[in-house]
Amino acid sequence: MIGLTTSDGPHLEVPHGRAPLILIMPALAALAFLVTPVAAVFLRAPWSSLVDQLSSPELLDALRLSLVTTTISTALCIVFGVPLAWVLARTEFRGRGLVRALVTLPLVLPPVVGGVALLLALGRNGLVGGPLNDLFGVTLPFTTAAVIFAQSFVALPFLVISVEGAFRASDVRYDDAAATLGASRWLTFRRVTLPIALPGIVSGAVLCWARALGEFGATITFAGSFPGVTRTMPAQVYFALQTSLDAAIALSLVMIVVSVAVLALLRERWMSGVSA
Amino acid sequence: MTCRHTQRSRRMRTALAVAAVFTSLAACSENNEGTDSGGEQKLTVFAASSLTSAFGVLEQAFEKERLNVDVVVSFDSSTTLAEQISQGAPVDVIATADQASMQVVADADQLAAEPVPFASNTLVVVTPPDNPADIQDLSDLDTADFVLCDPSAPCGAASAQVLEASSVTARAKSLEPNVTAVLSKVTLGEADAGLVYVTDAQAAGDEVATVNIPSGSNVVNPYYIAAVKNSPEPELAEKWLALVSSQAGQRVLQAAGFGRP
Repeated sequence: MIGLTTSDGPHLEVPHGRAPLILIMPALAALAFLVTPVAAVFLRAPWSSLVDQLSSPELLDALRLSLVTTTISTALCIVFGVPLAWVLARTEFRGRGLVRALVTLPLVLPPVVGGVALLLALGRNGLVGGPLNDLFGVTLPFTTAAVIFAQSFVALPFLVISVEGAFRASDVRYDDAAATLGASRWLTFRRVTLPIALPGIVSGAVLCWARALGEFGATITFAGSFPGVTRTMPAQVYFALQTSLDAAIALSLVMIVVSVAVLALLRERWMSGVSA
Repeated sequence: MTCRHTQRSRRMRTALAVAAVFTSLAACSENNEGTDSGGEQKLTVFAASSLTSAFGVLEQAFEKERLNVDVVVSFDSSTTLAEQISQGAPVDVIATADQASMQVVADADQLAAEPVPFASNTLVVVTPPDNPADIQDLSDLDTADFVLCDPSAPCGAASAQVLEASSVTARAKSLEPNVTAVLSKVTLGEADAGLVYVTDAQAAGDEVATVNIPSGSNVVNPYYIAAVKNSPEPELAEKWLALVSSQAGQRVLQAAGFGRP
C-alpha cells in the first residue's frame, strides 16, 4: 500500500544499523502469507486455454461494469467520506466516539448481512425505499445504482478511517497558523489541511477502491446479479466456479492483473505528483 | 445437531436468517470434523440442499435404529458436492438433485454402483403471500419483476427450460446463485415472483404463495443416489440406500414435497 512520504528537504543519511531479525522474520512471513495464495492462482492458471476462457462477452460486460461502478463508488466515498473524516479528526462534539464506532460498523458486518440491511432500508418495501417507491416510483434493487450503493456501503469505512488517520497525523499547528493569519476554516481546509493530508487521502481512496472491486456479498444480496447490469467481476467468478474451475481461475487472474495495473497507475500519477 | 435444526427450521427464510444460513453452514462443516468419537461408526452422506428436511428426518430414524452410528449429512449444491467427491472426499453416499452432477462423479470413477433415481422435483412459481403482481399463470411473468436461479445451477437450467416451453420472453431481474437467494428476494418483497422447486416452496411455508405450473410445460428433475467407491462404511451406505428407497423413506420424501422417482 502507499504510505505517507515525508521526503521534503534534503534527508540526512544517518546510519540506523542492520534491520533486526526479530522484525525481518515476521515481515517475511507476512509477505509469504499474502503472496502464496495469489501465486497459487497463477501456477494453477489454465494458460493453454486462457484465450478461450477470456473471450466470452460476459467477461467484458462484468469487467466494464466493475470498473465503472467502483470508480463511481470511490468518487462518492471521497466526496462524502473526506468531510466525515475531517469532522471526526478536527471537531469536538459529544458522542464522537459513538459516531466513529458507527462508521466502522459495516467493517465488522458480514457483507451478506450488509446486503440484507440495505434491502431492509432501501429495498422496494424498505424503511426509506418504500416511501421512495410510493412517492417517486423509484426502486433501487436490481439496478446498477444498487451495485454502487452496496460497494459504497462496505468501502466507505475504509476511506473514512484512513483519511481520519491522515488528518490526525498532520500537524494541527499549521491549521492554527492559517487561522491566526485570518483564514476562514473552509480556506484552511482547502489550502492547508487537505494538501498536507493528500497522500493519506489517496491511499485511503485506493483502499476504498480495492474493497469496492472485491465486493461480492452485499452486492449480490442487494443488487442481485444480471449480466451487464448488476453482475460484477466477483459475481462472475462465483458463477464461473459453479461450472468450471478453470474459467473461475482465468477470471480471477484478470481481476488480479487489472487491480495491480490500476494501483500501479494511481501510484505513478498521484504519489509522484504529491511528493513533488 | 443444533446446526441441522437451524437448517431445517421453516422460519429460516426470514430476512436476517439468510445470513444465518451462511454462518450455520460454516459452523456445521466445522463440526463435522473432529466430533467422531472412538468406537462409533460414522456414515457420511453428501446430499443436495433441497433434501435438507427429508434427510434430516431419515437421519434421526436411521440413528434411532443403530445407536452406535452417527450419520453426518452435508448439504450443499449438487455441483459442489460432486466436485468435492471427484477430488476424493471420504464420503459414503451421494444424493444429487440432477443427473449431470451424478455424471461428474461417475466420470471421475468414484461410484461403487449405478446411481438409482429415488425422487423427483418440479418447479413452482412463488410470490409474496399477497401476490402483489397478481400472478395467475406463467404468462403473467411478462409484466412482473421476477427472479430466477442462474443457469449454472440446476434450478436455473430447469427454470430456463420451463420459461422457454411456456413462451415467456420477459427477462428476469436477476439470476441468483441458488434457490435460497431466489426465495429471499421474494419473501422480502423485492421480486413479484420467482421460480423454485416445489420442496423449497413447501419448506418456506406461509412466507410465500405458490402458483402451479401445468405439468405439460414443467420440468421433472430426477434425484439420484449412489454409494461412493472408496466408502469407509460400505455396509452402512447400502442400508442408507435401502432406507431411502423403502416405503417409509418414500413417505418422508413425499411429505417434503418430492414426487415419485
